[in-house]
Amino acid sequence: MNNVNISLVGVGGQGVVSTGIILGNTVARKGINVVMSEIHGMAQRGGIVTVDLRIGDVYGPIIPEGKIDLIIGFEALETIRALKRASRKTRIIMNTERIIPFTVNIGDEKYPDIEEIIKKFDIRNIIGIDAVNIAKQTGNLQSVNMVLLGAAFATELLPIEEKDIEESIKIQFPEYSWESNIKAFRIGMDQYRILTKAYL
Amino acid sequence: MENFSRKGKMVQISNEGAIKMSVYDVLLNDSGKYFLLGNEAIVRGMIEAGVGFAATYPGTPSSEVGDVLSRIAKKAGIYFEYSTNEIVALEAVAAAAASGVRSFTFMKHVGLNVAADAFMSVSYAGTNSGLVIMSGDDPSMFSSQNEQDNRHYAEFAYMPLLEPSNPQEAKDFLVYAFKISEKYGTPVLFRTTTRVSHLRGIVEYGSKGEIKAKGHFNKNFEKFTLLPSNAYKQKGKLIERYNALKEESDSSYINRVEGKGSDIGIITSGAAYNSVKDAIIELGLEIDILKLGFTFPIPEKKISDFLNSHKRVIVVEELDPYLETKVRNVAQIYGINTSINGKMDGFSPWSYEFNPDRVMEILSKIIGIEIKKDDKYSEIKLPSRPPVLCPGCPHRATFYATKLVSKQLRLEDPIYPNDIGCYSLGYQKPYQMSDFLLCMGSSIGSASGFSQATDQPVISFIGDSTFFHAGIPGLINAVHNNHRVVLIILDNRTTAMTGHQPNPGLPFNAYREPAKEISIEEIVKGIGVKYVRTVDPYDLKETMVAIREAANSDGVSVIIAKRECALLRDERMRREGKWIRYQINQEKCTKCMNCVKNFTCPAIYVDSDGSVKIDPVLCDGCGVCSTSLVCGFHAIERVEQ
Ligand code: SF4
Ligand code: SF4
Repeated sequence: MNNVNISLVGVGGQGVVSTGIILGNTVARKGINVVMSEIHGMAQRGGIVTVDLRIGDVYGPIIPEGKIDLIIGFEALETIRALKRASRKTRIIMNTERIIPFTVNIGDEKYPDIEEIIKKFDIRNIIGIDAVNIAKQTGNLQSVNMVLLGAAFATELLPIEEKDIEESIKIQFPEYSWESNIKAFRIGMDQYRILTKAYL
Repeated sequence: MENFSRKGKMVQISNEGAIKMSVYDVLLNDSGKYFLLGNEAIVRGMIEAGVGFAATYPGTPSSEVGDVLSRIAKKAGIYFEYSTNEIVALEAVAAAAASGVRSFTFMKHVGLNVAADAFMSVSYAGTNSGLVIMSGDDPSMFSSQNEQDNRHYAEFAYMPLLEPSNPQEAKDFLVYAFKISEKYGTPVLFRTTTRVSHLRGIVEYGSKGEIKAKGHFNKNFEKFTLLPSNAYKQKGKLIERYNALKEESDSSYINRVEGKGSDIGIITSGAAYNSVKDAIIELGLEIDILKLGFTFPIPEKKISDFLNSHKRVIVVEELDPYLETKVRNVAQIYGINTSINGKMDGFSPWSYEFNPDRVMEILSKIIGIEIKKDDKYSEIKLPSRPPVLCPGCPHRATFYATKLVSKQLRLEDPIYPNDIGCYSLGYQKPYQMSDFLLCMGSSIGSASGFSQATDQPVISFIGDSTFFHAGIPGLINAVHNNHRVVLIILDNRTTAMTGHQPNPGLPFNAYREPAKEISIEEIVKGIGVKYVRTVDPYDLKETMVAIREAANSDGVSVIIAKRECALLRDERMRREGKWIRYQINQEKCTKCMNCVKNFTCPAIYVDSDGSVKIDPVLCDGCGVCSTSLVCGFHAIERVEQ
């Protein structure tokens, strides 16, 4: 098996760490080695959260520069920021939600036009998904992370099967939310497939 | 913000499928493999080592050990407490270990400075039962005021030092640390770093130890009462022990050589080992590694053998050249002239954590190989996103009120010493009220200095937990020496920054069982402060009146701004089934931007069309923005469900 390096990025409070744990547990249950870095303490307070999750013959949790296979971005600006450690081969899933940093609100900086950046820097392999809206459709606003995991799964980079994630959902969440989470996962998966086809 | 306190569950790795379990109970299982955080693995290590007594003061990156313990210690039969500060915690565990109970204390690296007085001496006294002290170091300062390398403390105190690299080792080495401690009657320093404590990986359990939380103290005046004559004798024993430990380190299984023989060798330890492994895999190199886990005393013989069997040895370690100096010493003593590279000859940097890229750079410089880089994106300039006080945070209201009063009273260049906690974030715009911050408790100590050495008004800030930890002596000093300072105690009813641990000001203990609540107001009055007011910072008017009066008083005046942390309030509201939000009435909003520019709650934002809005997901419903002191046009209105 090839090593897989995944970077999950977002803003404190979006559940980036807990999503990493769900994915990591799913991989670990298959008997595959996995390590993950977490952010705690001051950095969490609405700041940038990056979680590196590495699968395979690896030791430390930090992905070497340019070696990220997949970015799972929970927020648009943070997804773009993660590119500085990526390569042009990196596949990118971006939740299109925007969370405005306070530096922008007080007028010190400007939230960039993401579409423009994608064009200008010729960013490839990027799929934008309105995960918040999809989560709303499932009736469970908390299922944003499952939408993104569904899209990540659709890249076929993860050494797991659909039923493994379903099992994780059942372990992780209370029973009343199983259905909505599984639904969110499937829509995320479909969205990725539809959007990648559209690009071909 | 909904997800702030949601933690992932740990799940057994087995083919039997899903096993449901409460969040941390898996640590109590008899056997299995689990995907654990380094700090969770440490708790498992305690269970396997048979630890019966644990005490701490929370501090990143060590806090999760306590978070887990507060949930399972009782079930495991371990006594656990949050102590007022690190030295109190260390004194407590030292006494427990002297009484025959295996004991463990854990703290962040700077916490060991606070505990240092006891730390140095407990090494002289030694221990009866196992005693292990964990220091969580923070290279790159993710959550700290410095990145001191606490390995030096081991040498300073002649205390054995162990350094794990990953969660499995964290667990295994802790069990081993207790064995060493009891074999030699010495406390052991157990050093992790952020990237070990906060690394999640797969951990296979060993068998559980027998846990005993009560013992008996057999008095031994010469050993435990360090009067000069006794300390004099103990010093001699300490050096004997040190010499015996040298051999232990040389024969220790956690100091081992990996590889099949190469011209170049690497000596490394801790988190740097992981980066070395990843780096040599990336570079496609085969290099022998001497992986050290027992790093004080160092294994002299193993190091000299390793030097002798390689043409060049590179020492790769984070922070100080701690190992490197010792390796160079060994070379000098044993008369070995193998080339040694590291920090002291300028190849390897002295600061920040070592990720694989930095290690690759070091190796490529020394060995002279080229690193192939993948095709990268060119640099994109983006706005920064520093951490902020949460929506609804009571500290924001206090800072805002203080700022308004400072303006109203036309205070001339006031100085705002601040302290360690979420409120350190007061350094940010627009408040910028954190002018001086060194360590826990420095707000009030430095306030005395500023008030005496300048003619500027001084208003300082300290949190409730920090006040108990290190603020009280400073306050006594200020009163006794009659300094003119205002101290605002930000009592948010928790230790928020490190993950909401209780402190002595709360009516419950680590297990969330009833405990005596220590009144800050009574302490302050007891010290003799004349002006003392407790206010609710959500009430800006009341808070401002108090600050104004305090600023006009002579001597020391204290305001206790008491209001629970917004995250706790969130939880409480959810429990009570309440849902309150605020929104902006666009017809009344004049776009004066005061709420955005001067109050700056992260839930309030300017939309692309220029209108000011409140994000209902982020809004916490505190209502402070709706008062006329923030919005003079009454445009911010309450929404209830
Ligand atoms: S004190 Fe509570 S509300 Fe304020 S920043 Fe800290 S965690 Fe957030
Ligand atoms: S009520 Fe106002 S100040 Fe309070 S959290 Fe909501 S937007 Fe922020």
